[in-house]
Amino acid sequence: MRTVALFSGILLSLATLSAWAIENDEALADPAQQAIYEQLTNEVRCLVCQNQTIADSTAPLAIDLRREIRQMLEAGRSEEEIKTFLLDRYGDFVLYRPRWQANTALLWLAPMLLLLIGGGGLWRIIRRRAALPVPPEDGDPPLAS
Amino acid sequence: MWRYLIPGAVFALLVAVFAVGLYRDPGYVPSPLIGKPAPQFSLPRLDDPQKTLQRSDLLGKVSLVNVWGTWCSGCRQEHDTLLTLAQDGGIPIYGINWKDDPALARQWLQQLGNPYAAVGVDEKGGTAIEWGVYGAPETFLIGPDGTVLYKHIAPMTLTVWREEFLPRITAARTGSKL
Repeated sequence: MRTVALFSGILLSLATLSAWAIENDEALADPAQQAIYEQLTNEVRCLVCQNQTIADSTAPLAIDLRREIRQMLEAGRSEEEIKTFLLDRYGDFVLYRPRWQANTALLWLAPMLLLLIGGGGLWRIIRRRAALPVPPEDGDPPLAS
Repeated sequence: MWRYLIPGAVFALLVAVFAVGLYRDPGYVPSPLIGKPAPQFSLPRLDDPQKTLQRSDLLGKVSLVNVWGTWCSGCRQEHDTLLTLAQDGGIPIYGINWKDDPALARQWLQQLGNPYAAVGVDEKGGTAIEWGVYGAPETFLIGPDGTVLYKHIAPMTLTVWREEFLPRITAARTGSKL
């Protein structure tokens, strides 16, 4: 029992430690700005680690970008302006949800296209099989006895 | 006939896509800055913090902007190449010392040699963000009018210099488009 308590105590302190390591800045004064800040940092890719957002990452570049976004929000820039700022410097890859434009259209439409292709194939197979005569099932009694 | 041809074609297509993907570097992110004016910046110089290195210093000739730090092993790797280029390349190399301790950076240049025409100190990383830098070393090729012509992410080598930089430099100097 004591070991369990000790172990969970250690785990708990480790958990708070990591939370502290990622975001130790205090919240922005304006709650609306803080909400935008949280949303943005969870949507911007850290290009050093690439599969993390800058909110998740402790890479120095992620820390710098969080600071930059915070300063831009405090200076009254809008979410769109900040996104454009990042896109102009780091390219479309920096946003986890890329904007709808010519070179991302295929990316956005691919799930729909694949569903249509798969669904169309399925529909054709079902139609073809529905037209076949129904075979007698194994367990059926013989028609005449 | 089609029953075998179509799955075969789909399979061949997938193999082709994966084969191409296998030889591409997933860490490489093309810079949206290429073909656009180099960002504005003004940094205190490493040799004399009273002076600055700024965008206007790059204008009027083809130049290189190299982002480096003493913490970056790739920068150590490319240092000799930069020294060679500074001697024989005929192109000024401007350094941006990124998120580094200026004392260590000065020591590095003293011990290994200094390939830079001037180095600006970007201790907080603000200028690096303006340039869309995400991993040192990065080397930008800047045209006489301040346009970013090319960006190389990884240590500079003589092969990269010959194959990627020299043709663009010649084009920039003769004023033709590449």
